Amino acid sequence: MAASDRFDVVVVGGGPAGLSCARETAAAGLSTALFERGEECGAKNVSGGRLYLGPLADLPAGFWKDVPLERRVVRETLTLVSGAATASIDLRSPRLGEAPVESRTVLRARFDRWLAGRAVEAGAMVVPGARVDGVLLRDGRVIGVRLGADEIEAAVVVAADGALSRIAPAAGIGGPPRPDRLAIGVKEIVALDPGRIEDRFGLEPGEGAARLVIGDPTRGIPGGGFLYTNRDSISVGVVAKLDALGAAGPGGPETHALLEALRAVPEVARLLAGGETTEYSAHLVPELSVDDAPRRGMPGLLVAGDAAGFVVNHGFTVRGMDLAIASGVIAGRAIARAASGGDPATAAPALYERGLEESFVMRDMEAARRSIGFLSRDRLYSHYPRAVCALLEDMFSFGPGGKGKTGTALWKSARTGFINLRGLADLWAMRRI
Amino acid sequence: MRLDEKLALDAFRQDEEAHIRLAQEICAGCADRVCVRACPAGLYSMVEETGEMRVECSGCLECGSCITLCARGAVEWNHPRGGFGVRYRHG
Repeated sequence: MAASDRFDVVVVGGGPAGLSCARETAAAGLSTALFERGEECGAKNVSGGRLYLGPLADLPAGFWKDVPLERRVVRETLTLVSGAATASIDLRSPRLGEAPVESRTVLRARFDRWLAGRAVEAGAMVVPGARVDGVLLRDGRVIGVRLGADEIEAAVVVAADGALSRIAPAAGIGGPPRPDRLAIGVKEIVALDPGRIEDRFGLEPGEGAARLVIGDPTRGIPGGGFLYTNRDSISVGVVAKLDALGAAGPGGPETHALLEALRAVPEVARLLAGGETTEYSAHLVPELSVDDAPRRGMPGLLVAGDAAGFVVNHGFTVRGMDLAIASGVIAGRAIARAASGGDPATAAPALYERGLEESFVMRDMEAARRSIGFLSRDRLYSHYPRAVCALLEDMFSFGPGGKGKTGTALWKSARTGFINLRGLADLWAMRRI
Repeated sequence: MRLDEKLALDAFRQDEEAHIRLAQEICAGCADRVCVRACPAGLYSMVEETGEMRVECSGCLECGSCITLCARGAVEWNHPRGGFGVRYRHG
């Protein structure tokens, strides 16, 4: 690439945020180059496996043309684990699979490649296999990027390089990755034929299920297991907060052992039996309060998606991809508007910030501001799953000598497990999520 | 399934240039060895005879847990060069 190359927009990272942004700016007629370090877009990208389409309902219908998503989620299960015992809350509702709240399972290699195709169609130059090594700075503003010895100038650079962003820190906003603001996700793809998936999860063809598993497998570390049904495979994985994993000390669990522990839970093992693992992956997930989020822009630079910390942990589900797509679109539109003025490098960050504030991205980030604090309580991951399983075992079991009054037995179990000062404090704090 | 069997399922394009370098003098004085537990690919190991911390770059899933968790700053980590490293086929 010639050293004199200059673009209106350079995007770093070919995930949902970067590609959505490049698609917008290219469609607006701006010369746009996107650099992706993977062999193709999606090659380095992993997610648990579900995209919420509801929050993205404002996007034009054409946006989703031929989108390769997996199954419409119509069944949500929360499973608590205590030893070999499991207790589940199970919601099956057609409403879950319909607009405006529809969510679908997704495999990123396929999805990101599709999104790259849309960006190229719009006129963006998408360059895979290209690692951006740094940013070009002049007078406190970002004026381009560096790939090896090549310097590529741009009116605006977009850092969409993921949870482990190197571009924003290189530009002086955001520091090194911190274990208290990240979780590690490990995942396997387990191939299984569609008929067996549908039988085991109680689904019709095309329908999908999502399951969150809380308790013993994460060994008290904030986090949990997940299962998502794809068309002909199941995504099964564990997410665990990095700071707690580190604090567990030399005797603590190994990351990969958490996934094995999840797979060993009888209820989970049954769902996966006979399936063949075809891929093993790991990726970091931002888990931070909006108050700790890195700056989202500076002259000449916008930060989008995971790189900006745009992930919301609701406790029972973690959302990132819809926020990534939305933040990418908002960034792209901000740049397109700024380009008509005299100083896009200064105008774009301000327009981007305003666009984010007016969107669900900042609304949801701000609403979840204190949820990370609540969700760090390790009692949620050890004590409660055990207490719930114990209470239900008491309720449903009848031993020698008779049961006595059911209410008395339940009250005793509830009093030790839930109705105490710590339980009330946890309940009170729950309003934060 | 063993961890090495899982890693054998993944597609890698190996770079001859190591993208992780360790400051051995720091590792030698570390009792915590959080990298050993944290790495989801199990690539870190302490060679007890020599006191050397080893990292096997070739199975790296590029998650960044090691660099995030090593509080002593012993891990120097860069992304593999463009086009190299893990290539997820499902993701």
